[in-house]
Amino acid sequence: MELDPILLSRIQFAFLITFHIIFPSFTIGLAAWLTVIEAMWMRTKNPIYRRVFDFWLKVFAVSFGMGVVSGIIMAFQFGTNWSVLSEVTGAIQGPLLGYEAFTAFILEATFFGVMLFGRNRVSPGFYLFSCAMVALGTTLSSFWIIANNSWMQVPVGHEIVDGRFEPTSWATILGSYVFHIRWAHQILAAYITTGTVVAATGAWYLLRKVHEPEGRLFMRWGLSLVAVIIPFQLAIGHLNGEYTREHQLSKFVMLEGRWQTEQPARLVLIAWPDVENERNIFEIAIPKLGSFIDDGTFTAEEPGIVTIPREDRPPFLIPFYGFRIMVGLGLVMLVISWTGMVLWARGKLYSRPWFLWPTFLWFPSGFVAIITGWYTAEVGRQPWVVFGLLRTADAHTPSVTGIEVLTTLIAYAVVYIIVFSFGFYYIYKLLHRGPPSEPTGEVPTGTAKRPFAAADAPDTVTGSEATLVRRGAAANMPRITSSPEK
Amino acid sequence: MDPALLPVIWAAIIGFAILAYVLLDGFDLGVGILFGFASQEEDRRVMMSSIAPVWDGNETWLILVGAGLFGAFPVIYAVFLPAFYLPIALLLLALVFRGVAFEFRYRTVRMRWLWDTGFWLGSIIVAFVQGAAIGTLVRQIPVVDGQYAGGPFEWLSFFSVLCGIGLVITYALLGASWLVMKTEGHVRARAYGLLNWLLVAVLFFVVVTFLYAVNSDPRIMQRWTDTQLLFVLPQWVLFAAVALFVSTLTRQSDWVPFAASATIVTFAYLMLVTTFWPYMIPFSLTVEQAAAPAASLTFMFWGAGLVAFPVVLIYTISVYVLFRGKVRQAAEY
Ligand code: HDD
Ligand code: HEM
Ligand code: HEM
Repeated sequence: MELDPILLSRIQFAFLITFHIIFPSFTIGLAAWLTVIEAMWMRTKNPIYRRVFDFWLKVFAVSFGMGVVSGIIMAFQFGTNWSVLSEVTGAIQGPLLGYEAFTAFILEATFFGVMLFGRNRVSPGFYLFSCAMVALGTTLSSFWIIANNSWMQVPVGHEIVDGRFEPTSWATILGSYVFHIRWAHQILAAYITTGTVVAATGAWYLLRKVHEPEGRLFMRWGLSLVAVIIPFQLAIGHLNGEYTREHQLSKFVMLEGRWQTEQPARLVLIAWPDVENERNIFEIAIPKLGSFIDDGTFTAEEPGIVTIPREDRPPFLIPFYGFRIMVGLGLVMLVISWTGMVLWARGKLYSRPWFLWPTFLWFPSGFVAIITGWYTAEVGRQPWVVFGLLRTADAHTPSVTGIEVLTTLIAYAVVYIIVFSFGFYYIYKLLHRGPPSEPTGEVPTGTAKRPFAAADAPDTVTGSEATLVRRGAAANMPRITSSPEK
Repeated sequence: MDPALLPVIWAAIIGFAILAYVLLDGFDLGVGILFGFASQEEDRRVMMSSIAPVWDGNETWLILVGAGLFGAFPVIYAVFLPAFYLPIALLLLALVFRGVAFEFRYRTVRMRWLWDTGFWLGSIIVAFVQGAAIGTLVRQIPVVDGQYAGGPFEWLSFFSVLCGIGLVITYALLGASWLVMKTEGHVRARAYGLLNWLLVAVLFFVVVTFLYAVNSDPRIMQRWTDTQLLFVLPQWVLFAAVALFVSTLTRQSDWVPFAASATIVTFAYLMLVTTFWPYMIPFSLTVEQAAAPAASLTFMFWGAGLVAFPVVLIYTISVYVLFRGKVRQAAEY
């Protein structure tokens, strides 16, 4: 079999980014949440906030570390596997990603260190400030990365000189409406994911009857966060759909799944396509609703897939089902979080197993929605890498062969599976163990990119929770200092 | 702002970032390389703890270099990375392993050998790949129409392997002098004992690679015969080498070896840069040819160059100030 380097590079990119996106999805929201808890603690001095903060800080540290490790690899993918893309669009993509490195990564790295082991070295006000700066850093990071990706989806503010893209207006690039709604969609998705994980952890504790005060707090906070945000997310999702229809018809018709132009158009719920013969072998559809969703009338004509030339069509299955999974999960989140609000109002939120179980089991829903959302957006963009202007097939590194890409793909896969299994195992252990019963008074050591030190486990050579308290910050790692501390 | 100056300013910023990376990550990679030769757990902990608070910040410089190149010199980014496709993947994976090994070795007793090996091998691989890349650039890589046009193993030659080994040893020298500065007792004594051997080896590699390079291409020879002022640079290398040697005799001022080896590395780096300036990829792409359009360079200059870059410097310096002094005895740990 001939090894197709382009296909392998696409698989490699998708594999690496899928692992990477898992961590930002969670850390963006968690950083913001930690800031809020710290502020609550400073105001109220209620010890539960300190326990909750110390607990989630450890989880945050491990997730953040894995986000960094997997992100460093992403930063080099453009050059190694998509060198024509890098060369041709570098004048636009380079500065956007450059700004991410120069502004966001630095901010994160600086203040993450303070957040992890600065509790006793800086004033409380400065500590809170550091938490806020880490949250700002992750948000800025998503700002630049989505700006860049949105430019690839709907390129604006550029001209093509000698076959290369040159920026004509940064204001247009950064002021793009498509970018703004996609960034909002991503940030809300990250907050929702954090909310679902927090609420699910709470439900887990209540079901196991451990850490009940914290479990109740997690349920309340997580569910109400999701309940408030989800309507906005659905509305912005609608705007996302609208822009797709306006700028990316080839993606839009795939999401709809109708091959022929129809008037009035049906809404296809589920389908199995016969791509060769341009029809669905099987489908479930509702008459007229398609016209209504797309145009607000029951009579409008809607274009089908056949209106797109064959060579410009993306694949069918991934965008079609990715989109449905994301939207479906959004609706499930709506149902669960609003049910939770009703139960809370009636004082029954914490005691109904029929509600606790689904709340616990929905913990992956945010991650799944984010990954399927990205698959919809990215696979639906095919066969273009810069929509309408540069084809994916033309963007690949000319010198790299199939066997080389296969080699690196296998190597990445093996290492990721080993390393991230350990990481997930630590997070699981941390969540299982739950918050400490007393505030430790000390935050475990760790610095910006060696944060796992904070994910101390009691049964390791670095000692138990008790020795951690006794020895204070930096106890589980030997420290470097000449200062006269005891 | 004169637009003609922008490429030069960005080349200077990136050149500085590379030097900062080589010096900073150089010493902690060096400690990683020496780590494999320390057999006692006690010593290993001291060595680990001497770099624990700073190694990750050091690595951020690599991302700055990568992102800076992509933004200011996209063509270089697009030629350099494919030319080293396989070794770059190896380097990235080594960085992952090295990064997590740092944490994981303290989480387990049974599996510690695995993470220790990963840490040690990871450090060696990272250093070797970087050295081999420099060697390959000196030997020149084929570039056609702004894209790399060679095969997958262009980077594997006698000279590039030599440079790879050379950089491993150079980083080990930085690492050993770092250990002299930061530790006490047994580890410090052993590091002192290694310094002269490493120094001789590094000088050997500097001389051999220099002679090879000068003889490999008449344009390089011409640069050195035309501009004799350049010979100031190797003189500084020599001064620093003498200072280092003297300090190992007295063993009085523990900061001298590190200052001296940093000086050696800095001037060897400057020799390399001045040999090829203004080429970024030797004899195929100059700073000017590779530069992004002015609209991109200006956009980056005001925010990233003028504001963010100084902040990075301030942050780095303050971390080192915060953690100055000798490592506490590992026994308490
Ligand atoms: C929605 C947000 C988002 C998306 C779509 C991406 N990232 Fe990311 N990235 C982050 C949000 C983020 C973050 C939240 O800022 C991380 C995760 C955890 C962390 O430490 O920072 C991060 C870390 C991170 C790092 C390590 C930074 C450091 O050293 O501190 C790099 C180099 C990248 N990313 C690069 C990429 C590239 C090249 C991407 C696309 C192809 C990408 N990221 C997609
Ligand atoms: C700024 C952020 C991103 C950029 C610049 C980007 C760019 C790219 C590039 C260059 C490719 C390879 C060429 C191609 O196949 O089109 C790609 C493919 C892909 N990306 Fe993204 N991407 C980004 C974020 C993401 C995220 C966060 C995800 C979700 C997890 C994602 C999912 C995918 C998938 C699944 C593919 C493979 C699609 C296919 O080849 O059919 N991307 N993207
Ligand atoms: C009714 C509900 C929703 C609708 C109509 C909707 C709509 C869309 C559309 C049309 C896209 C593709 C945009 C493009 O191609 O650029 C998209 C992408 C995406 N969606 Fe949704 N969405 C919904 C719910 C959700 C939920 C609940 C989440 C996560 C919690 C989510 C996360 C994402 C992400 C991460 C992307 C990729 C980034 C982007 O393109 O903006 N969506 N959504």
